[in-house]
Amino acid sequence: MSMLTQAGFAAALRDGASPTPRGLAAWNGPRPDRRFAVYRNNVAIGLRQALASRYPATERIVGEAFFAAMADAYVVEHPPRSPVLLAYGEDFAAFVAGFEPARELAYLPDVARLEAARGRAYHAADVIPLEPAKLAGIAPDLLGATTLLPHPSMSVLRSPHPVVTIWAMNAGEAEPEPILDWNGEDALVVRPRMTVEVHRLGPGGATFLTTLAQGATLGEAMLAAAADDDNFDLAANLALVLASGAFTAIRSPGGHHD
Amino acid sequence: MKNSVITLALAGSLASALATIAAPAAHAQEKEKCYGVAMKGQNDCAAGPGTTCAGTSKVDYQKNAWKLVPAGTCEKMKTPGGFGSLKQGPAPT
Repeated sequence: MSMLTQAGFAAALRDGASPTPRGLAAWNGPRPDRRFAVYRNNVAIGLRQALASRYPATERIVGEAFFAAMADAYVVEHPPRSPVLLAYGEDFAAFVAGFEPARELAYLPDVARLEAARGRAYHAADVIPLEPAKLAGIAPDLLGATTLLPHPSMSVLRSPHPVVTIWAMNAGEAEPEPILDWNGEDALVVRPRMTVEVHRLGPGGATFLTTLAQGATLGEAMLAAAADDDNFDLAANLALVLASGAFTAIRSPGGHHD
Repeated sequence: MKNSVITLALAGSLASALATIAAPAAHAQEKEKCYGVAMKGQNDCAAGPGTTCAGTSKVDYQKNAWKLVPAGTCEKMKTPGGFGSLKQGPAPT
């Protein structure tokens, strides 16, 4: 196919109202219109299903019909850039945020962001998490200058909405019920072994983990988190660092990079 | 904050953090790959949903298709084709 034919073919795939591109031939007759319509429909449904399988909680919140319409609008504006579908829909949350019919659901984009982070964690490299004993083995006076290597699957999401609770109730992790305390929630997403896990973070936790993941020392991360929130609980967050598997190795005990 | 204060805070908190995670509950959710227990078309895939290997098993309890199950339960699962296995079995004939 020439570049011109390819461009015409791609444009006609995206727009259901456009005529069949020129230069096509079909096995069952001189007019390939029907065959092309079937192909166009398969492409649209395939992409919609890829989005639905990546954003199941988002779909459950708005319902199948609403989600299908929203996904179709996204597919038209954001055709895939790669034949690998597992990364398709990475920026779906940003689209949802600007999708007028979903504007009343202010928390929906953050639910989609959490699901996107889960997808990235699912496909991230397998690395065995840090053994707690290794951190316990560091001399106390070197702890403050110690830096840790983040797990390739870990990410932190901050939200002004109770995003973890909403996601959990719509992902079968918790019983759906009215949310009485409508407070912001931050989440840690990580896949330490076979399963992607979502942890609800306490006050200052997001700052602590993000600062650590960026390569700051334990001392620096502790000060940043305490400055961010007076209620930052260092012991609880260190326990989360070790139990969640969000870090894989001690990058530099005592500040010396190795 | 002085370095000595940081050191004290970190060392003390790390000690209580280690005590917290020493509880066995931390690994209660762990999973293992279990071969030969998935129903037809219900197998899992390391590459994830939407890729070609998940849900492709052709027969019930296919020996070379696996499903994630809670750790420690795989070899206790009895199927009409025998017990679950942590090792991959042969392809169906």
